[in-house]
Amino acid sequence: MSEGANDQPGLARREFLKTTGVVFVGLSVAEGVGAQAPAGDASAVQRGLVSGPPDPAQVDSYIAIHPDNTATIFAGYVELGQGGPTALRQVAAEELGLDLAQVKDVRADTFVSTNGFTAASRTAGIGGTELRAAAAEARRVLLELASERLKAPAGDLIVAKGVVSVRSDPQRSVTYADLLGGKPFNRKYEPVSYTGGIELPRKSRDNAIPRRRDDYRIVGTRVPRPDIAEKVRGTYEYVQHVRLPGMLHGRVVWPRGQGAHGVSNPTVAGVDEASIKGIPGARIVRRRNFVGVVAEREWDAVRAARQLKVTWEPFAQALPGHEGLFDSFRAAKTNDATDTATGDVNAALSRGVHVVSATYRGPYQSHGTMAPNCAVADVTKDAALVMCSDQGIYQTRNGVARVTGLPIDKIRVQYYAGSNTYGSSCYRDAAQAAAIMSQEVGKPVRLQFSREDEFGWDNYGPAHLADLRAAVDASGKLVAFEYQAWGHAGGGMDTAMQLAFGAAPQINQAGGGFGALFQVHVSQTDMYDVPNRLIVNRRVLGSGYLRTGALRAPMDPSVFFAQEGVMDELAHAARLDPCEFRTRNISHPRWLGVLEAATDAAKWTPRVAASELSAGRVVHGRGIGLGTHHLPQNQGDRVTFAAAVVDVEVNKDNGIVVATHVYAAMDCGLAINPGIVESQIVGMSNHGASLALKEEVQFNRTNVTSVDWNTYQTLRFREHPAVTAIVVQQLHEKSSGAGEEVLPAVVAAIGNAFFDATGVRIREYPLTPRRVLAALKSTRRAPGRSA
Amino acid sequence: MANELQLRVNGRMWTVTASPDTPLLYVLTDDLALKGPRFGCGLGQCGCCSVLADGVEIRSCITPTSRVVGKSLTTLEGLPAYYAARMKVTPAPELHPLQDAMIAEQAAQCGYCYNGQIIKGAELLFRTAEPTETQIRSAMNGHICRCGTYPRIMSAIQRAARAIASSKRTGALSGTKEVTHV
Repeated sequence: MSEGANDQPGLARREFLKTTGVVFVGLSVAEGVGAQAPAGDASAVQRGLVSGPPDPAQVDSYIAIHPDNTATIFAGYVELGQGGPTALRQVAAEELGLDLAQVKDVRADTFVSTNGFTAASRTAGIGGTELRAAAAEARRVLLELASERLKAPAGDLIVAKGVVSVRSDPQRSVTYADLLGGKPFNRKYEPVSYTGGIELPRKSRDNAIPRRRDDYRIVGTRVPRPDIAEKVRGTYEYVQHVRLPGMLHGRVVWPRGQGAHGVSNPTVAGVDEASIKGIPGARIVRRRNFVGVVAEREWDAVRAARQLKVTWEPFAQALPGHEGLFDSFRAAKTNDATDTATGDVNAALSRGVHVVSATYRGPYQSHGTMAPNCAVADVTKDAALVMCSDQGIYQTRNGVARVTGLPIDKIRVQYYAGSNTYGSSCYRDAAQAAAIMSQEVGKPVRLQFSREDEFGWDNYGPAHLADLRAAVDASGKLVAFEYQAWGHAGGGMDTAMQLAFGAAPQINQAGGGFGALFQVHVSQTDMYDVPNRLIVNRRVLGSGYLRTGALRAPMDPSVFFAQEGVMDELAHAARLDPCEFRTRNISHPRWLGVLEAATDAAKWTPRVAASELSAGRVVHGRGIGLGTHHLPQNQGDRVTFAAAVVDVEVNKDNGIVVATHVYAAMDCGLAINPGIVESQIVGMSNHGASLALKEEVQFNRTNVTSVDWNTYQTLRFREHPAVTAIVVQQLHEKSSGAGEEVLPAVVAAIGNAFFDATGVRIREYPLTPRRVLAALKSTRRAPGRSA
Repeated sequence: MANELQLRVNGRMWTVTASPDTPLLYVLTDDLALKGPRFGCGLGQCGCCSVLADGVEIRSCITPTSRVVGKSLTTLEGLPAYYAARMKVTPAPELHPLQDAMIAEQAAQCGYCYNGQIIKGAELLFRTAEPTETQIRSAMNGHICRCGTYPRIMSAIQRAARAIASSKRTGALSGTKEVTHV
């Protein structure tokens, strides 16, 4: 292999590896093979040498077998803290007939990895299915070779730990490594493909058949995550740890808190260079409205960013403020879209024996990453290396290409984990800001956002306003369900990009900008059998609101808080136990399954909600909630079912609500690693309690004002609920994702538990002390009434 | 303005050149290249940056380096050795019992806050060998975990307390009585 064959962005490849500390397992194999590979045999064998993504129709793009009879997988799904990569290693080991210890993975890298997007609980469902197909094909290649080598029909061969032997004569055996002899698979096959999340039928009749699920030895077991030991030891390398030689520390200087998106345009009126004269090591970096500072010493960069006087053109007084938000939604001109209209809702409502009509509200919430985002970039005249945390290395590459103006194949993005992201936190901004600063100063730059940068300029989870009407007949069966939802457009340009381009404020308006993700869909309500159903999305134009983006289980906590609240209101009106009400109106066995699992675990005793009110100052209650992550693009194909029972304690004197115990059950189809799924349930139960009780973005007419952990409250240790987690294993169903669905169930159950404890219904979350005290006060003279 | 500062970190003396107001965190991460303490907020609000100074948990992101000169600092990297010395355990274990317990419980998710969770949990266990649930909730309240792994951290602290107590009973640890309540 000649050095000339692997021109690297910015750095010679050996330098690249040395400075980044990146070591590819098996790279030496790829190098050796690459040198001998015939032309046209390109992508996978040039792993690490050329820009990806590699050809998904080549087995080599996913899997390599090494001389020591181990394997490496190259699936571009990343460790966000959820354990997905461990599940993928289990899938590969299972299909290949290797022990788990024989299967490694590597850092996601645009010069190495397949194209994956670690979002919407896709790793197991989509990433796992893709990898299973590739690994099944790899195994078929290996068995073909073994059949020839051992002179035995493939049907007589057995595999253990990557050693193929003849069933009737186990002495005759050969290893995978010997079979391949250092060569790649070089096998084209038909990969699994998706359109909008829907798995497409494969055309070929000759695809390798994956292993029978009844024979699984590794998939379905509780394998520990290797990254956890590293994290606990303190040896795990987060993006915050990455350092390059000659690197400068960078900080951005942004105005305090985002203004009205699409209206306010952060514009620099002046930069007072003298204001940081006292910090000789610091230097200002500026590209149009993008202002930052760099310094050799990190503290100099931090101080300079704080001290630098930047005058900004004032933001427009265009935001409604968090207090005025929902009135402004209702007053706004909307672009309405009917999601579902079946039967005749109005007629059914008029026939209903018990009718509920209620308005529910959910706040903007923040991703609240534990660590503000960070990225290290080395941008030269003709290439860029960016090391960062994200959900998709290839998506990040696109943004870096735009801000640097460099060709896409000259940009190498490598994934290094940050903290929890919960969706589109400011990781794109961090990667772009680091690249802009490195390009400006001609040196590698490590950009670390401040707590305020991250909280103040997030792509917030959208606020939600909902008018619901629903009715049951005399037997408590649902006859009508109507959901009118208000929400607004998300996206637009990333902050770093907009500032650096000096671009006019822009926003995705009607049409695509509203995004299916931010609307209410029948897939969120169809666990209930309702003959007459109407769902309308009243889409508010996004100008003048906050910029929004996908936040874990986008929209679901607000939608289920509303829907499950109304179901509880109906149950109460019909004098039915909330669990009994649901079993009367649900026929889908998997929904009934999780409901039963959660209520059994909680030792649910049937009774009408709020039928045992206490006169004490500290009262207790429990509630039920169902939840899923709505997937409008593939209804019925990849659905996860979740149910929660939550116990709460309400202090009527100070208004503090504590979720004391969450019993949550989830059916995510085939749970590749039930231990990891269980961890997700524990996390979602606590995150859900945080969303329901604490989290709320605050803003005034001009900008966001909740910019630290005091102004943006989150659940803390003292108030955390115990969790009983139940994984409902479904060996023969598709893996459908496990990172989102319990969240809305818990939020909904907390709202219902509060009613059970107090007899007062709060229809806006979070249930903060202020909101709770106001609700209790307004109904003090009329207990049992709703607020 | 930069001074030479002498610091004792994980039992070793270091000389660093930094302005005295530099928050300790940046010295630990940039000059000493330690991975345990890490930036979370820079405001002392979250606990990602915690280290022990003479056995007491402090927030390194808001502690001027000059203020810890003369103190003995312990980061996550040095915790097992510090534990061994303080509890008179020989040979020193590879990990603090709380670290073993965190792995056994598969507690971490993103793990970013775990530096602080382990440092604070270890501080608690030095002070109170068998903490009650209420004591654990109270001691750990200043350490945010956004992945919501609090129940697993709780279990891990309880598991570690049991492990320490049982190793005392079986004599695997010696001379621990006088340091149970420090």
